[in-house]
Amino acid sequence: MWDWEYVEYILPRLLEVIPTALAAALAGFALACLLGLPIALARRSRSKWIAIPMTAVTEFIRSTPLLIQLFVLVFVFPLSFGLTLSPFVAGVIGLGVHYSTYLSEVYRSGIEAVPKGQWEASVALNFGKVHTWTRIVLPQSIPPTVPVMGNYLITMFKETPTLSAITVAELLMTAKILGSASFKYVEAFTLVGVIFFLLSYPSALLVRMLERWMQRSERSTTIR
Amino acid sequence: MSLNIRKKSSEKALVSYRKITKSFGDRTVLKELDLDIYPGEKIALIGPSGSGKTTIARLLMTLEKPTSGTIEVGGEMLWHMPHKGKLAPANEKHLHRVRSKIGMVFQHFNLFPHMTILRNVTEALVHVLKMSKSEADERAMRMLERVGLQEHTKHYPSQLSGGQKQRVAIARALVMQPSVMLFDEVTSALDPELVGEVLDVIKGIASQGDMAMILITHEMDFARDVADRVLFTDGGIIVEEGTPEQIFENPRSPRLQTFLSRFLHGNSDGKMASRVAAGEEQ
Amino acid sequence: MEWLSLDLLPPLLKGFKITLLLTLVSIIVALFCAFLSGLARISRFAWLRSLAAAYVEVFRGTSLLVQLFWIYFALPMLLNIQLSALTAAVLALGLNYGAYGSEVVRSSVLSVPRGQIEATIALNMTAYQRMRRVILPQAWSMMLPGFGNLQIELLKGTSLVYLITLADLTYQGMMLRSYDLSRTGAVFAWLLILYFIAAYVFTLIVRFAEKRAAAGRG
Repeated sequence: MWDWEYVEYILPRLLEVIPTALAAALAGFALACLLGLPIALARRSRSKWIAIPMTAVTEFIRSTPLLIQLFVLVFVFPLSFGLTLSPFVAGVIGLGVHYSTYLSEVYRSGIEAVPKGQWEASVALNFGKVHTWTRIVLPQSIPPTVPVMGNYLITMFKETPTLSAITVAELLMTAKILGSASFKYVEAFTLVGVIFFLLSYPSALLVRMLERWMQRSERSTTIR
Repeated sequence: MSLNIRKKSSEKALVSYRKITKSFGDRTVLKELDLDIYPGEKIALIGPSGSGKTTIARLLMTLEKPTSGTIEVGGEMLWHMPHKGKLAPANEKHLHRVRSKIGMVFQHFNLFPHMTILRNVTEALVHVLKMSKSEADERAMRMLERVGLQEHTKHYPSQLSGGQKQRVAIARALVMQPSVMLFDEVTSALDPELVGEVLDVIKGIASQGDMAMILITHEMDFARDVADRVLFTDGGIIVEEGTPEQIFENPRSPRLQTFLSRFLHGNSDGKMASRVAAGEEQ
Repeated sequence: MEWLSLDLLPPLLKGFKITLLLTLVSIIVALFCAFLSGLARISRFAWLRSLAAAYVEVFRGTSLLVQLFWIYFALPMLLNIQLSALTAAVLALGLNYGAYGSEVVRSSVLSVPRGQIEATIALNMTAYQRMRRVILPQAWSMMLPGFGNLQIELLKGTSLVYLITLADLTYQGMMLRSYDLSRTGAVFAWLLILYFIAAYVFTLIVRFAEKRAAAGRG
């Protein structure tokens, strides 16, 4: 049932699409990181006019399917805003905005993990708000969240096949095209599954190692 | 009601609390407190936990906002500012300006873990006082020498002992040259053998400078040595105040006597111990 | 009230029913897989642990959509069987989210204080009794937040079945759109709102379950 010759034939085609998938994931991740922090800060704002709408919007985006959001970008934007995006760009924006809602929670938990005493010391030393955030709070809040962020990058990479629905030429779409042309779906889709596994499983292990390394180095440099 | 013993009644107070009340929800921690602190004065604040001592300090350091009442620092209102001929709640700009006269050392140090010792001390000099890096480094080094930590400039807080950390915290606050410095139970979180080094540093600062100091402490011998005036708080008010001799050797109120009886030492000055035990004064 | 486009609702609700049905059945399958594999991963038998770990890593390490396509297109060819889109969808969603759920089960069970286990040993309970009467009831309340998050993800995942032409909410929406392209905005707006309502209701259910599980604890 398994045609190795066919595998040889389609493998290069699949491999050459990997960079596109990776690029989409990385670009989407970068966008999500960029958007996530302002969102987290806005949600923590003491002004209810900022915090509540922002929380409502991000919860809405987080609770609704990425697929629909991608369709909105690709089908509604040209109609209502006259803005036509290329599939890749729409995919990156969709991924980035969708996952920024998750990353904003990661930023938030990092910020809340900074001990209250750090804020108080900043007040006592008369630091301004900007300085307190940029040199005291954020430098302490972000490093512990890096493993979690890493996991989200891997998740976003696994989400790239959804972009095939808006015709981004990534792995799944290519496999579909190849598979339907020859009716040999088994080889095509199995290969795609294997490629994903070989890329994301080692990455997940790396992230886990990073997490353990961070916990260990924190323990070893602390004197009791 | 407070009994303000004005030793220097001709001098104007540096810090004045007027009818300060602070409540957290329905729990009132300070009740219409009046307190004057004079320039260069060293005040010890003693009392049981929850008596309001820390809140007195935190209100001055703008870490808490008074429920009602005013605080004046160096002739200016802290929590209020003049606005169109009346007093309005102070904005951040005003707070920032007045706050520069106040410094604080915390019980749990609150050093910045991601900065070296030197940077911990220079950070505020560079970013708040807008000093040049070289000037700041110089001033910081001199201060670190004063607290005995000049060898540790490149280390990180996690590499220091509790006593060393607290000395860095003192240097960090001191280097800003505030008019009044708050010490909030700065040795309570330290292992006993490390307490002495920190107290010695504070004694050195007290004898050298003309900076007012408010010392919240449980170290009674230390309070006796350093303080010009001792205040005993309980239940949100200043129950008794006086010179160290008056407070420790002639406590008048029963609450103070009960409180002090917990700190009986077997030291050479047996007078304090026996007087309190006998309940001689009323 | 034309701008509300309420006329779009009846056909959309047909699809919504399918989405909800799919979600519920998949949740059941996922819970089954989660418990089975989660407990297997802390079993005494190494082979069982490895098997469960392999399942979890494979399904977590590959993309849901890829799994869906594989089960719908490749598996039937491999085994020479027929699979309806619904069956394929339930399998894919159940197995995928079951793998994520297994981690929730495993870590919750491991978080039950060691003293509990020791107490059951002292009382001479069997392993089954220990699990059923003492550990799982306590672990359950710890699992709820994790499960709550996963079920939202599962609900969102059901939208992908449109791509294997299952007549769910997204499918109906795309159909409506094809009849009248000018109403694209309204169609998608309703799609998002309906998914959001479902997600919100599911969240409330979990929160209710959390409160019930925590009732009577100190």
